[in-house]
Amino acid sequence: MSILINKDSKIICQGITGKQGSFHTEQCIEYGTHVVAGVTPGAKIDSHLGVPVFNTVRDAVTATQADVSMIYVPAPFAADAIIEAADAGIELIVCITEGIPVLDMVKVKATLKHYDCRLIGPNCPGVITPGECKIGIMPGFIHQKGKIGVISRSGTLTYEAVYQTTQNGLGQTTCVGIGGDPVRGMNFIDCLELFEADNETEGVVMVGEIGGTDEEAAAEFIKSDVTKPVVAYIAGVTAPPGKRMGHAGAIVAGGKGTAKDKYKALDNAGVMTVKSPAELGSAILELVSK
Amino acid sequence: MNLHEYQSKQLFIKYGIPTPVGYIATTRNEAKAAAEKIGGSVWVVKAQAHTGGRGKAGGVKIAKTIEEVQKYTEEMIGMTLVTHQTGADGLPVSIVYIEPGSEIDREIYLSILLDREQEMISFVASAAGGMDIEEVAENEPEKIYKIAISPASGLMDFQIRQLAFGIGLHKDQLKQFSIIVKRMYVLFLESDASLIEVNPLIVSTTGEVIALDAKINIDSNALYRQKEIVTYRDASQEDAVENEAAENDLNYVTLDGDIACMVNGAGLAMATMDLIKLHGGEPANFLDVGGGATSDRVAFAFKLILSNKNVRAILVNIFGGIVRCDLIAEGVISAVKEVGVNVPVIVRLEGTNVEKGRSLLKQSGLEIINAADLTDAAKKAVAVAVQS
Repeated sequence: MSILINKDSKIICQGITGKQGSFHTEQCIEYGTHVVAGVTPGAKIDSHLGVPVFNTVRDAVTATQADVSMIYVPAPFAADAIIEAADAGIELIVCITEGIPVLDMVKVKATLKHYDCRLIGPNCPGVITPGECKIGIMPGFIHQKGKIGVISRSGTLTYEAVYQTTQNGLGQTTCVGIGGDPVRGMNFIDCLELFEADNETEGVVMVGEIGGTDEEAAAEFIKSDVTKPVVAYIAGVTAPPGKRMGHAGAIVAGGKGTAKDKYKALDNAGVMTVKSPAELGSAILELVSK
Repeated sequence: MNLHEYQSKQLFIKYGIPTPVGYIATTRNEAKAAAEKIGGSVWVVKAQAHTGGRGKAGGVKIAKTIEEVQKYTEEMIGMTLVTHQTGADGLPVSIVYIEPGSEIDREIYLSILLDREQEMISFVASAAGGMDIEEVAENEPEKIYKIAISPASGLMDFQIRQLAFGIGLHKDQLKQFSIIVKRMYVLFLESDASLIEVNPLIVSTTGEVIALDAKINIDSNALYRQKEIVTYRDASQEDAVENEAAENDLNYVTLDGDIACMVNGAGLAMATMDLIKLHGGEPANFLDVGGGATSDRVAFAFKLILSNKNVRAILVNIFGGIVRCDLIAEGVISAVKEVGVNVPVIVRLEGTNVEKGRSLLKQSGLEIINAADLTDAAKKAVAVAVQS
């Protein structure tokens, strides 16, 4: 088992003919991901990377019964693309695009409440179930099928957690990069809930960072609803307040969103926290036997 | 992106939000002309800088004569304003805003911003105007009233009433307050603001509700569709190195320490700073070279890092996903050769093409310290920074 995606997931790519979309879709196909179609409105070609290209997501879904969409369209058009996917009946929308105006995301989130779908991202590396399905920009080769669920707000820190759990032999069930924007789709809690219910996941590694209070909310949820071991790391202990650290959502504002507060909440919830990202792998190994 | 008070007030005037009508000045003569145009017998001279707490730092003065307006203007132009928000370096002042003095009956706090938890736009109001809202939130949270706006219904009248009566406004002022709140909401949406703060919003002795101060921050992700607001940018209020980095698609933040870092990915960049600190060092910067790092970009990043004279060691930490380690290695080698790096460079590579990257570094014959892993990298960087 795994969460969100597996070998049967049928994927379309919105923005497949663009530079990013084209490059990463090819990598995903190489990994073994079942990409069934692409969407580029008014594309001059009928097929790309060996799959048909449609004008609308609805046309693509009708023709292929796809259930997942991977979005690479540029930021000014991304909100439209996300809602188009939801409206076409896509169940899981993975938006890689970085730089979407936050007011666009406020509208997207309010609108998605009317659809039965999940959103991952935006501004994220995507989601992968090792050995089965890779949706996004992560390097496939560092992953290994296994027992650990990974949830992270940061791309490269996800890779650190993945690499360490591959090295120590635990491997991963599914890794979800939830993204670095302040308003985003799935959050820590949504992923924790799925990992808790997943038979093969024996432990969870979560990587948070400064900004917002989602890690604090996750801590509360872990205390009440998660029985599996959780290891957490929070990036940004040394980040100065009021400064945006790369990610749109990574900012300590009004005294809120500090790494210290997040560590405190997680410690209180009984989560094993580590102060160095280098210890994520060894910490989860301590809690989950091979 | 942040706006000056005078720019924010120009937007207020454009949107019909009552605010004292003033003029900017940069010289004695301009100050005199501004004061005469405004008329009356009391003026306020306000230094324009992207910071709060200007009053306490000597950046806001009340003038009773035109000579005083000129004197304060001259004093402020060219000064460096150091407030609790700016840090020790302060911010330069090159413009003052001169406006008529107001007779204040009471002060209110009003702001509109994104509420991350609710994922909605919210108004925050407090009867404790003119004070630091964070302090009020900490010490007297019961004084703060908040409403969240559903994107479907938009701002509703009952919500405005909740705020107005909550902060104890008289019903005669409700209509004026309501107009201000509604117009702030439209301005917020149309300008892609992330914050509009009025502190204080005042009730004058004649019963008028007026925005005495104005602060607007704009969502940087939305600047592509805010053509007019982009022209309001004042680079003198921003860190020059950070701007130069941004122009080259690099994310850079200056810090106080002596160990520079160059990392791919924002999360890993923060984590690298934390690791340096954890092992007893102090990071000199945050630097994310991004996913599409090329050899040129790496060379540029080195130049940027070395413009900070405090730097005593450079830690390069790359987890190659999209970016290939051999390209990064080539970038590091050419940068060390071209830029003339005179401090120790520690490199930790992992991920795509890592073996190729490591062997390139080894063969280069340059004095680059290879690190086995994250911890090793941080420890070595701290050790060499102490020595050099």
